[in-house]
Amino acid sequence: MISLHYFAGLREQTGVSEEQVDMAGRTVEELWQWATEKYPDFLSGAARLAVNEEYALPTDVLEAGDVVAFIPPVSGG
Amino acid sequence: MKAFEIVNKAIDPQLYADLVLRPEAGAVTLFTGHVREWTKGVRTLYLSYEAYVPMAEKKLAQIGEEIEQRWAGTKVAIAHRIGELQISDIAVVIAVSSPHRRTAYEANEYAIERIKEIVPIWKKEIWEDGEEWIGDQKKKPEGGLE
Repeated sequence: MISLHYFAGLREQTGVSEEQVDMAGRTVEELWQWATEKYPDFLSGAARLAVNEEYALPTDVLEAGDVVAFIPPVSGG
Repeated sequence: MKAFEIVNKAIDPQLYADLVLRPEAGAVTLFTGHVREWTKGVRTLYLSYEAYVPMAEKKLAQIGEEIEQRWAGTKVAIAHRIGELQISDIAVVIAVSSPHRRTAYEANEYAIERIKEIVPIWKKEIWEDGEEWIGDQKKKPEGGLE
C-alpha cells in the first residue's frame, strides 16, 4: 500500500489528512490522475507530489510502503 | 534546538544568531519575518501556519547546504513557526554568519526566497469576513501537476 498525505487547501478538499491506496508499481502521474478523478477540485490549482519527503517526477514509480504527500503551492516565510 | 527546525512556540531569534556565531565570522545577518496586519488593503486578524514537518526540516537544511556551497565560509540556521500567530509575531528567523557582511546579506535573502519556493509550509490568512490558504505568491501556470 501507499500512504497519501494531504495538506492545507488540498486537505480541506479531500476532507481527510491521510489515506491508503493500492498503487505500488504505478507512476506518480497515474496517482495524480487517480486523485483528480476522486477529487476533481484538485484541478483548480497546482500541486507537487513528494515521495518519501522528496519532490517526485511524474515518471517516478511508486513502491509499497512509500509515503506520498500532495503539496499545494507553498507560502512559508 | 536544531539549526533547521519547525517550531510551535514563540521564536527567540538570538538563539539562532548564537548558533551561527564563530570566531571567523565578521558578520551575522539575522532576518525575522513577522505577521503583517495589512496586505493589499485587507486586514488580517491572525495567521495559521501548517507544515509537512519532516520534509520542511529537510528542505530548510537543504537551503543551508546550498548556501554553504554557494558562499564559502557561511553558516546558517533557520526556524519557522507553525500554528496560530498573531500580528507582529515572528514567523521565520534566518541567521547567517560569514567572514564579511556582503555575503551574509546576500545569503540571507537567498534563504527566504528559497523558503518560499521549496519548503512545504502553508499560510492561512484569517480576516474579519473570511479566511483563505495563501498559495505561492510567485505566479505559475494554473492547474495540473507541476
